[in-house]
Amino acid sequence: MYKIRKKEVLASNIKLFEIAAPDIAKKARAGQFIILRLDEKAERIPLTIADYDRKKGTITIIFQEVGRSTYDLGKLEKDEQLLDFVGPLGKESDIDYYGTVVCIGGGVGVAPVYPITRDLHDRGNRVLSIIGARSRENIIWEEQMKKVSDSLYVVTDDGSYGEKGFVTDVLEKIISNENIDMVVAIGPLVMMESVSNMTRTRGIKTVVSLNSIMLDGTGMCGACRVGVGEEIKFACVDGPEFDGHMVDWEVAKSRANMFKKEEKIALEAADCNCLKKGGGC
Amino acid sequence: MAAAKIIKNKYKMPSLDPGKRVKYFDEVATGYTEELALLEAQRCIQCKKPSCIDGCPVGVDIPAFIKLIVDKDYQGAARKIKEKNAFPAICGRVCPQESQCEKFCVMGKKNEPVAIGRLERFVADWQKEDDELNEKPDLTSNGQKVAVVGSGPSGLTCAAELARIGYGVTVFEALHVAGGVLVYGIPEFRLPKAVVAREIEDIKKLGVEIKLNSVIGKLHSIDELMANGYDAVYIGSGAGLPYFMNIPGENLNGVYSANEFLTRVNLMKAYKFPEFITPIRTGETVAVIGGGNVAIDSARTALRLGVEKSYIVYRRSRNEMPARAEEVEHAAEENVIFEFLTSPVEIRGNQEGRVKSIICQKYELGEPDSSGRRRPIPLEGSEFEIEVNTVVMAIGQGPNPLIPATTPDLKTGKWGNIVADENSGKTSKPGVFAGGDVVSGGATVILAMGAGKKAAQSIHQYLSNKR
Repeated sequence: MYKIRKKEVLASNIKLFEIAAPDIAKKARAGQFIILRLDEKAERIPLTIADYDRKKGTITIIFQEVGRSTYDLGKLEKDEQLLDFVGPLGKESDIDYYGTVVCIGGGVGVAPVYPITRDLHDRGNRVLSIIGARSRENIIWEEQMKKVSDSLYVVTDDGSYGEKGFVTDVLEKIISNENIDMVVAIGPLVMMESVSNMTRTRGIKTVVSLNSIMLDGTGMCGACRVGVGEEIKFACVDGPEFDGHMVDWEVAKSRANMFKKEEKIALEAADCNCLKKGGGC
Repeated sequence: MAAAKIIKNKYKMPSLDPGKRVKYFDEVATGYTEELALLEAQRCIQCKKPSCIDGCPVGVDIPAFIKLIVDKDYQGAARKIKEKNAFPAICGRVCPQESQCEKFCVMGKKNEPVAIGRLERFVADWQKEDDELNEKPDLTSNGQKVAVVGSGPSGLTCAAELARIGYGVTVFEALHVAGGVLVYGIPEFRLPKAVVAREIEDIKKLGVEIKLNSVIGKLHSIDELMANGYDAVYIGSGAGLPYFMNIPGENLNGVYSANEFLTRVNLMKAYKFPEFITPIRTGETVAVIGGGNVAIDSARTALRLGVEKSYIVYRRSRNEMPARAEEVEHAAEENVIFEFLTSPVEIRGNQEGRVKSIICQKYELGEPDSSGRRRPIPLEGSEFEIEVNTVVMAIGQGPNPLIPATTPDLKTGKWGNIVADENSGKTSKPGVFAGGDVVSGGATVILAMGAGKKAAQSIHQYLSNKR
């Protein structure tokens, strides 16, 4: 069993947990993920690591309540326990000196982009960061990102905070004004696709992180397969980070919707009524 | 014993009615009754030089345990098997006996061989309430520790063998349940998970510690295990890398690897969705590509999920199918549709990106290839379409790449398999042994167990010399 050492509500449907998992905390690196399971009947949920504390022996995860499993997860409180917590899985980010790097986090994607941003900054890169969300309420970890960036841009779709627009609007301005050596983008698939399309023509190396449907997370089932160039790769063992210019986005988007119908059924089968209305408890 | 009349055929295995059993996941073969077991055991002529034992990868003294059945000493029979095989209830159910022990049975020359597998299962099931046998033996620790990677048949066999002779053994399992392919791969209706759990409990009683949720190669490397007090390591991490065919349409929604399809159902219990939250979707028609046990398991699982038509599409003919004979018969009884000498060349999708049909090509058999089976040759212009909603790829698995990727001094072969000596399990890295599917590629439970057993002997030799 793995104890929830800390719970923080970042937005009405975005929550943070620090999970006691000392062995995993010792090994975790930016870019990797864990898989957790609440109880005997639950799914195995893959989540990219938002942070780790080797001394405290904890792994930080941040998740948005989007379906049955994440709603169930969000209902847990401090000192409650998760049945299973496995990791660190996947390959770590390729942290090196690139020069000027743009790190983009869309929505809850700010969480996984944070440790990469921090490590790139620590490595001496000049880091320009962009974080975006639907509205002010959903902007998370602005302070954390500010500390590890040379400049931070905040955007909201509705203009309720920061600039009005999308992260790509800011990116467009940055890349038209100066030479950028690399872009790291994590967020919704459409966001990562738009960023990749924008940087492709300019030949800027672009790294994205795919949160595909997974079961075991160790390369065994192939549920997370994705077209990368001419090859089929497994996000769990070959990724989760890939060259955004090589990813087959159409297949990635289609596969993300594989179980849409079942996700609805699972949500409706929940005992808690407030879930059906789309709100957290 | 008075000269008994020769009974030509095996006593039939009692099984559930095909029409009813496809509606649920209960075990199909219900097992011999005591009466049937006694009758079948008497068919064994107790050869002076029995050859059946040569066909058993773990060397069970088959005539001896059958004699104990005849004497109605079922507990003694169970002990006799357990001297060599830690998993009789599992092996009695899933071993391909027709190509192993029973293939060598003298009775089989003119008649049907003795039903050794069914007798093994009878004894193992009889034994389940026998606490005396399950009690922890008096083990004296020799102070040396061995780490076993993977809790499948190979790893657990190795662990049990080593624990019995005094080693401290820790098994590291990546998933949340122990058993490897026995729990995620082989379905409930063929191998009930309670049977697996019971035999794993017996192994724990030997003092074997099983650490779940521990992915070796990620959480700890092999070198870290060696540095942290383990004197030797056995790698039995299995064939956890599914193959696809590289044909158009394989990434459409509704195409599963057999590993994914079976894991959703067996490990995650998707057949109880939405009580269990992991989903599976099949539609009305499923086509399973392949001819092995995994393919048959997938096709029969699909029926139990409620599909109307379940196809097996196999590029050779029934004679070349590597699947266990009894499973092929069971599948046919359950109305699985066999498309032999057929293989897909393309999967087509609808506008939503879901599978709609497969385009297949017919084959004929040519000269035998390196596997000794006749090579399938495609027939030009023979393409035809089958409408399906789901495709399950059961064309084999490669070795899991996680450990070789993080252990640079571990030699691997052309297919990513760990190179290990067939008899000793020795790898290129001192103190590290390997066996089972991670070495051989996808094979059978019993061959993996045989490899685990041989490796345990050579680990014992290696560590005795180090003492």
